[in-house]
Amino acid sequence: MPTLTYLQAIGRGLWEEMERDPAVVMLGEDIGVYGGAFKVTEGFLSHFGPERVLDTPISENAIVGAAIGMSYLGLRPVAEFQFIDFIACAFNQITNFVAKSHYRWGAPVPLVLRGPCGGGVHGGPFHSQNPEMYFVHTPGLKVVCPAGAADAKGLIKAAIRDPNPVLFFEHKFLYRRIKEEVPDGDVVVPLGQAAVKREGKHLTMVTYAAMLYTCLEAAEKLSQQDGLECEVIDLRTLLPLDKETILGSLKRTNKLLVVHEDTRTGGLAGEIAAVIMEEAFEELDAPVMRVTSLDTPVPYSPPLEEYFLPNAEKVMKAARDLARY
Amino acid sequence: MELTKQQHLELYYWMQLNRKLEDLLTNLFRQNKIVGGLYSSLGQEAISVATTYALEKRDWIAPMIRNLGAVLVKGYQPRDLIMQYTAKAGSPTGGKDGTAHFGDLKQKRVISPISMLGDLIPVMTGIGLGARYLGREEVALTWIGEGGSSTGVFHEGLNFAAVRKAPLVLVLENNLWAYSTPIYLQTAAKHFADRAKGYGIPGVIVDGNDVLEVYRVTQEAVARARRGDGPTLIEAKTFRRKGHAQHDPAKYVPQWMLKEWEAKDPILRYEKHLTEKKLWTEKGKQEILARIDTELKQELAAAEASPLPQPEVAAQGVYCDGCHEIRAEWKRSPDEVKPPRNIPSKWFKGRDPALAVAAIPPVAKPEKETVMVGANPRREKKQRKQTKQERQRK
Repeated sequence: MPTLTYLQAIGRGLWEEMERDPAVVMLGEDIGVYGGAFKVTEGFLSHFGPERVLDTPISENAIVGAAIGMSYLGLRPVAEFQFIDFIACAFNQITNFVAKSHYRWGAPVPLVLRGPCGGGVHGGPFHSQNPEMYFVHTPGLKVVCPAGAADAKGLIKAAIRDPNPVLFFEHKFLYRRIKEEVPDGDVVVPLGQAAVKREGKHLTMVTYAAMLYTCLEAAEKLSQQDGLECEVIDLRTLLPLDKETILGSLKRTNKLLVVHEDTRTGGLAGEIAAVIMEEAFEELDAPVMRVTSLDTPVPYSPPLEEYFLPNAEKVMKAARDLARY
Repeated sequence: MELTKQQHLELYYWMQLNRKLEDLLTNLFRQNKIVGGLYSSLGQEAISVATTYALEKRDWIAPMIRNLGAVLVKGYQPRDLIMQYTAKAGSPTGGKDGTAHFGDLKQKRVISPISMLGDLIPVMTGIGLGARYLGREEVALTWIGEGGSSTGVFHEGLNFAAVRKAPLVLVLENNLWAYSTPIYLQTAAKHFADRAKGYGIPGVIVDGNDVLEVYRVTQEAVARARRGDGPTLIEAKTFRRKGHAQHDPAKYVPQWMLKEWEAKDPILRYEKHLTEKKLWTEKGKQEILARIDTELKQELAAAEASPLPQPEVAAQGVYCDGCHEIRAEWKRSPDEVKPPRNIPSKWFKGRDPALAVAAIPPVAKPEKETVMVGANPRREKKQRKQTKQERQRK
């Protein structure tokens, strides 16, 4: 098995899908000649040709719009946002055109919208956001937030093959920092399935994307320092949400902590807490707790951003509070 | 291509069917049988009908809310529209959406619009580009109001279509009113078609109440798109003779304007033409009208027979769970786009982005103006004369 970075794994997944299926085409800003701002699509243009790798004007509405049209013909367009923050520019196309299409008139929209999200790289308010919840709140979309390299490759394949529109949020902090063995060949990770990344009996941490590593770090330290064994769940897909894995773990640990890099109010933690209240209230030995970013824009200066983001210490503190409850 | 006598009469049939169906819907509205709003295209029928009539069966349309005539020409039945407006289970959307918000990817090739204006332009660009990629010479046509042309996505979509020479025809129906907003609050330009120049595509102005002219210019634009020469912006000058929707008495529209445009009614005008050119007889006309009458009665009965949807249908169909087959229909060998055999198709010759730098001429030569849409050469001459006189005075 080759060792690939998270970024290489996504690139490899896209590459293999384009090799496999001539219906897969790509469009986005600077994805061709330049290979994308983060070089995910480097070499694609010369290999697959300009008919399949389309450099576009700076027009997010047109990029998504054209992808919609192509997908109506049975093509599998993959559109890139240079930074996922710019998905806001295409909000209307995504929430009104894409998401409602199958429900309203039975027209499936098999497209993938992907791009780099997340903070920790001092990108400031417009190059660090985690806008997933706007879309988790929109029926008709699927939302994927991979954390591991192998998962990222398997999930991008599943996203491209899915008959529904999939938003694929790649955490830019992980692009070159995460390196792992990625299985060769056509390994698809199905959408809508969470994965238990560490087993434990005292409490459950539910998380996704870059916060998986923060939680794993916290869990390791808690095990060493406090003898506290935390189970860590990587959601991988936020919509549809894998409730079964969360509830199954809660049944074993009876305590739940949700950690996400997204801001607090209206974040996924609130939804997970509500699901647990409705479906597993009796299992709880303590209130569901959450560690999230602050309810502010993402600040630019390193000390500000560090203060804004969750980290292992914040997670450990919350976990200890929860364990003591 | 010259229209045959039969085709002339078909155009008349579609325009009258469009109008009479709207009359029927208006009656239903007054009987409180229409669930939402009702939008009229009175006086704009020539545009919907003639533009769609200029297309082939394989071509694609995305109608706007007033393009009833277009979906009829594309093969929908009046009952479909009646059921859409009355929110019946038998409607094309099964009651999930109303008005002209429906479509069919397989047979009729109609893309459903959404209420947000302009979004269809890049979507239809994608249809055109996708069809070309699959080796299919299909044209995508959509409409936009002069009001909708103020959106950002209008610009994004048309620019992208122009850059990629997408086989797109964009018909801008300038009906002078966007709800209550007149055109001088919508644009500072004289003609909306003038914008085409900014995109490097042809902009054509046509009398939107002249069905044959609309047909002619659309056919040219469609041929151009099919040839691979890219999109055309057609500005059809017309007038919205009803309010924005049924609830709107449109008191903001001056009476003289209404009168002026009533006199320019596209159907009356076409009737006169057919009579003058001896393309029909009074008997022939009456036959068409009687046919429409009978058809609409049957269509109404069929629509009324449909029940309202079962409430639990509301929870169904958010996602495709394999209920729809997704398959690209290739008209060329997919091997042509598979590496390492992928040879850029003829459209891409010399357009490979990697070669783009070589394609830019080293010294920009000032280009001679060839097309200036809406320009009046005599006026320019006059202006030059005036400036000369002013200079002399000084």
